[in-house]
Amino acid sequence: MADATSASIAQQKIESSGALRARISGGVLIALAVLVLFVLDVAAGEVATFKLTGPRDAIQIPNLVVPGGFNMLVAALLAFLGARLFFRGGGRWATMFIGIGLGIAVLAFLVWADAGKSFNLTGMLSETMVRAVPIALGGLAGVLSERVAVVNIAIEGMLLAGAFTGALMGSLLGSWLGLVAAVAIGGMFGMMLAALVVTFRMDQIIAGVVINLFVLGLTSYVTSQVFAEHRWMNNAEVFRRIEIPVLSDIPVLGPMLFSQNIFVYGALILVGVATYYLFHTKGGLRARAVGEHPRAADTLGVDVYWTRYLHVTLAGMVAGFGGAYFTLGSVGRFDENMTNGRGFIGLAAMIFGRWHPVGALMAALIFGFADSLQQKLALLNTPIPSEFLAMAPYLATIVVVAGLIGKARPPAADGQPYVKE
Amino acid sequence: MTSTIAKRELDDAGRKLLVRATQGRENFEDLVIVPIFAVVAALVLGALIMLATGVDIATIGKSFVALAVGSFGSLNAVSETLTAAIPLVLAGLGLGLGFRAGLFNIGAEGQLLMGGMAAAIFSFSFPGLPFPVLMLLSLTAGAVIGALYASIAGILKATTGAHEVISTIMLNLTSFQILVYLLRQPYIQKEGRSDPISKSVPDAGRLPQLLDWIDPNMRLHAGLFLMLIAVAFVWWLLFRSKIGFAFRASGANPDAARYAGMKSGLIVVAAMATAGALAGLAGAAQVQGVLGRASPGFSAGIGFDAIALALLGRSHPVGILFAGILFGGLEAGGRQMQVDAGVSIDLIAIIQALIIVFIAAPLLVRAIFPWGFTRATKGGK
Repeated sequence: MADATSASIAQQKIESSGALRARISGGVLIALAVLVLFVLDVAAGEVATFKLTGPRDAIQIPNLVVPGGFNMLVAALLAFLGARLFFRGGGRWATMFIGIGLGIAVLAFLVWADAGKSFNLTGMLSETMVRAVPIALGGLAGVLSERVAVVNIAIEGMLLAGAFTGALMGSLLGSWLGLVAAVAIGGMFGMMLAALVVTFRMDQIIAGVVINLFVLGLTSYVTSQVFAEHRWMNNAEVFRRIEIPVLSDIPVLGPMLFSQNIFVYGALILVGVATYYLFHTKGGLRARAVGEHPRAADTLGVDVYWTRYLHVTLAGMVAGFGGAYFTLGSVGRFDENMTNGRGFIGLAAMIFGRWHPVGALMAALIFGFADSLQQKLALLNTPIPSEFLAMAPYLATIVVVAGLIGKARPPAADGQPYVKE
Repeated sequence: MTSTIAKRELDDAGRKLLVRATQGRENFEDLVIVPIFAVVAALVLGALIMLATGVDIATIGKSFVALAVGSFGSLNAVSETLTAAIPLVLAGLGLGLGFRAGLFNIGAEGQLLMGGMAAAIFSFSFPGLPFPVLMLLSLTAGAVIGALYASIAGILKATTGAHEVISTIMLNLTSFQILVYLLRQPYIQKEGRSDPISKSVPDAGRLPQLLDWIDPNMRLHAGLFLMLIAVAFVWWLLFRSKIGFAFRASGANPDAARYAGMKSGLIVVAAMATAGALAGLAGAAQVQGVLGRASPGFSAGIGFDAIALALLGRSHPVGILFAGILFGGLEAGGRQMQVDAGVSIDLIAIIQALIIVFIAAPLLVRAIFPWGFTRATKGGK
């Protein structure tokens, strides 16, 4: 009896917090509508031109010309979605409403920034893809380790280690062996993290922080101690982009998806494989069980320690591959601290993507989009300081973690050590 | 029925608290032997890394001599060591206090940047104020802004349950952008400069140098007293005040603390704000005592090193003071090492990271040095 009442009270609490969330999100959308209407207003006569194909592309399609009235339309739609969420609640459509709302708000922003000018949309989308790769791979590494309940703050360090090893071994042995070495070193740091937290039961966050500090110290030390004298050791050949025949000729999508280097293809394939593995195979089910309820998994004969070692090592290998992108996939040379917090953004992408590989990829694309947009804005001379755009992903992550818009739930046992009885 | 359960939990929590409070007498090995082994093992591994990167034995010997001389070998060295220790200890005290309250605050770096920035802006905004007033008010501005910035994470945790590790990491990344943005504003940017750098702190706002009457190059400043006062204050706050008891109780057992009538949300916000104030003070001390202005990345990783410091000092104010002097010595000695032996100062970062590994995983140290412990079978915490 008492249980029933408390359950119904809990039910009511969940519902009221859902209603509150709908109200907050509705309010945000209405605020965006006001913003688009008054700040991002484009004179009706002005047009924004988006170039979709370059002069040398096989298939030519005309430029996309958006009239200024578009933003009025966006404001109206935003106001409608916001009001509906605010007064009626969104039910199961709430998340979609918010997604659509934020999406068209970004479009309105682009139209406003581009009004009276023209810029290369395809170029920006292709750049988005490239910038999203290390973040997506970092996020995927996070998904793999947090699904077995190991919090992985060390992604940043693993990316950095991958970048460093890629440059060093790529210079000594050639790019392919450099890539293999980067993956191996990433895996080694993954195994080290697993050893510290599984075998030695060190606090998971401290272990991650330590690996980050250690890798940063070691790579910076070798860069200034050895690379400064022997420059040839830090000069690897970069992987060229591979054009996939026919598909790369498709306008917009071709340059974005089918004319990239192996890191972009690799990231897309890995996300697919990881999704299939985690959600459609026996091993993936066991891994998730270890993350949700290790004792139950243990009782059913799953080796919790081994599962954690395996997946954290795999996560390290993925991060090592992502790290190699910084050197072998772009400049061929390692610089001190060149990952510059991308690992932490990957962590944010994982939370944003709700601990799902595809979600992490989508979040990484959003972050990559913000990143490339920031570069473009400088060219378009908009009055918005690029720093604000740069901090937008971080603030968005805080909003998601706080559960103000949508709730992200980590695996139940996340962060807890498991002691076998 | 429930009251007896609550009472029993409270008793348990009380007993745990007592154990923690008397840790110094009961757990000599964990408190003294583990840190000593950690430092020794880290130095030995540091030597191995030097060997692996082609540094010969003679140079390794020379670099360790330089490390010792540069950290404690002369008055100038001691001055440098203490100068480096001041911001580390201040920020480390805040983090240690957070750990005691069960909060893992990674955000010291951002709080330090915001605090230092606030101190710089405040000091050049009121150049008319006389010496001790402007100095003290600027320090206060740094502490207040640091506290406010940290409270964001505290309030989010208390109201929505957002994990402080993620939110403080995001606040760190945000603070870097805010700093660069602010430093480019005409009001803040130094006249005639195109790079992001703030105007200078006026003389009346600087923390006075203590040893410049011996040698004008000695950088030790009055932040030293600030550091000592902060150590005493945090010790009093944690172990003698009511709110400190609440911090420790909710860190040791949040449920028992709640049953005992402590407002857990308020405690989280208060602990974060105190930690942020200390980190902000660290930034202000660095700006007003050493740098004289704010620039991008002026925090130089102090906020992250402070995490290591708080762990090494076992979140005890006095322990943090000693750990800070050790890390300050490594920093100052590392610079000497770079000059004398040509070994990059980044080696120090490696040694610091290794020290924390050994500190934070007592099981690992016991596995490496089994003969150092009488109760070798006892597990880590």
